[in-house]
Amino acid sequence: MLGYNFNHSILFCLYKTLKNIANNAIITITMDSVISILFYVFSFLAIYIQVFFLVTYIEKRKTIIKNPDKLKLKFYPTVTVAVPCYNEEGTITKTVNSLLNLDYPKSKLRLFLIDDGSKDNTWNIIKEFHNGKNIFAFTKENGGKHTALNLALERTDSEFFGCLDSDSLVHPQALKRILSYFERDKETMAVCPSIVVYEPKNFLQKAQTIEYHMSIYNKKMLGFVGGIHVTPGPFSIFRKKVFDELGPYHKAHNTEDQEIALRMQKNGYKIDHCPDAYVYTITPNTVRKLYKQRLRWIYGFIKNLMDYKTLLFKKKYGTVGLLTLPSGIIGVLGVIFLFVNVIYNLSNFIYHKIIQIQTVGFENLFSFNGFNFDWFFFNTKAVIFSSIFMYGLILTSLLIGRKLAENRAKFSMSVFYYLIVYSVIAPFWMLKAALNSIVSKESSWTGERKVKSS
Amino acid sequence: MNNNKKNNWQRYIVVFLITSAIFLTGLWFSGFLDQRRIKQLQNIENTISLDLQSSEIQFSLLEELSCEDISSSTVLSSELNSLAEKLSYSESNIGIENEEVISLKKYYSLLQIKDYLLMKKITERCGEESTFILYFYKNTECQDCTKQGYVLTSLREKYPKLRVYSFDYNLDLSAIKAMIAIYKVEDNLPALVINGEVHNGFKTIEEIEEMVPELKESLKIEEDQTEGEIEDTKEAKN
Repeated sequence: MLGYNFNHSILFCLYKTLKNIANNAIITITMDSVISILFYVFSFLAIYIQVFFLVTYIEKRKTIIKNPDKLKLKFYPTVTVAVPCYNEEGTITKTVNSLLNLDYPKSKLRLFLIDDGSKDNTWNIIKEFHNGKNIFAFTKENGGKHTALNLALERTDSEFFGCLDSDSLVHPQALKRILSYFERDKETMAVCPSIVVYEPKNFLQKAQTIEYHMSIYNKKMLGFVGGIHVTPGPFSIFRKKVFDELGPYHKAHNTEDQEIALRMQKNGYKIDHCPDAYVYTITPNTVRKLYKQRLRWIYGFIKNLMDYKTLLFKKKYGTVGLLTLPSGIIGVLGVIFLFVNVIYNLSNFIYHKIIQIQTVGFENLFSFNGFNFDWFFFNTKAVIFSSIFMYGLILTSLLIGRKLAENRAKFSMSVFYYLIVYSVIAPFWMLKAALNSIVSKESSWTGERKVKSS
Repeated sequence: MNNNKKNNWQRYIVVFLITSAIFLTGLWFSGFLDQRRIKQLQNIENTISLDLQSSEIQFSLLEELSCEDISSSTVLSSELNSLAEKLSYSESNIGIENEEVISLKKYYSLLQIKDYLLMKKITERCGEESTFILYFYKNTECQDCTKQGYVLTSLREKYPKLRVYSFDYNLDLSAIKAMIAIYKVEDNLPALVINGEVHNGFKTIEEIEEMVPELKESLKIEEDQTEGEIEDTKEAKN
């Protein structure tokens, strides 16, 4: 009786399974067992990161500040917002108008509109806004986004400085909500907004909606634990003294918003996130545009990571070194691994089908001998369960992100678009970015902003 | 400057424990279902074994029974085939080195040998029209074995009277080793034993059909019988 109980106990089953894994790992180091071990490692790390966010959310959810519709600040400091533009004739007017509609004293807000050598009508549009009082328009030779931002930094003495990409629009309350974080905590040196997709039209933009919602959740959680590694171009606001003390923007492989955040983290500057400071960004509407944008982001991440590798796994740099950057590496490697795995399995399947056709022809290729439902043939490997947990945690983070962004937690068709688009296309930009970073082939910011042929 | 840099080690540890618990639950559940699978395979093998023993006893009592009674109650190849499919799935999913899977495979091989011997006796005694192929393969480094597998599956579907018994050449089982010794099967795999004769190397459908002319004949007889039955039915209707 005792033996029977032991045979069916959890410990016994666990022992057996672990023994099998060990057997597979040690005795037969085949391609399949290597894939299997890598799958376990990646899924463990991926689950770890998601659980980390969830635990942080459960612990801190009551401290997430929800600002009133009309917020009043104790002080209204001077703020400069720089808008670098390159070939943005289609969206720049909306962007500037959204800044002009900010609920903030006009005398305290300065706008620097900088044309970075556009080849379209951008300069003619922005110079119309120039008034020499609080709106200043500049044009310069094309030198990259960081040069446009530095031009504004050189000409401002405001207490706060921010940037707004010319394809983004701000919520009227966004600035006040962000500044309230600086008011509450004197140690806060930069605050990131919540970026949401502006009027998503096609399935690609709807898929990105989900990604942006998830990123609101991730960023807020990283903000709680001091782990933010990007201060996004659309409307992150800094104390001006950050630049006075740490220097201006760097080119940073065309991802200056990642580099400045890493530089701040390296120097112990606190970065927070304001979930209800909304910025609406126009997202790529074609696969090609999305691919180019993400290639630049991931390439920038890899290269900046190399530049700031000293942060990795150093406890003195806190969450950025211990969690954020390692999770970025796991993300890139994990997606590439999954992709290679799918290709390996698919080519294996096709190879065997070809052999079958060559051997016995097409006769039995699709014969199922009368399909019988049998649970026996269900794949119940442990990786399947860890994948289910993983997807469960991702969907949870999506729901929380949606709640933070729209104050409602509901699933929509966009979730399927997201899963399809990102599992099919993401591996390509990850792989390409990894390859480009090996040969140091940069992706350009201006390359994403081609002039429309008139 | 930033007090956020203080690492909350407690959170890292709690997260590690939760992740490990999730992960181990997945491992345990997967292991639990594998055990259920093995149990199911054991049950199928026990049933087949019981059927075989019953057939053997019936065979011993042959003098008192008609051939018809015996052949209808012997183990059907389809049952063994279905068991083979499940075993092969378990090999790839639970693990080719898994002791329980190896043990089940040995038992399955023994059942095949028993079925083969019994069916051979019944065929001789009762004049059943069955053809037997003993197929020796190995799991690794044998491209032709995969191809031979496709050929035999295809043949079995084409000729229902054909009985194929497959044996893992490298399986550590004395009964298989005895068969290898009896038929002098060499390491050059795949190998087929047809009517007591060993054929090494890959053989196509056409080659096997040539080696066993009875296969095509059995198909012709079956077709003739079916046509005859249809005509009888038509006549009866008229």
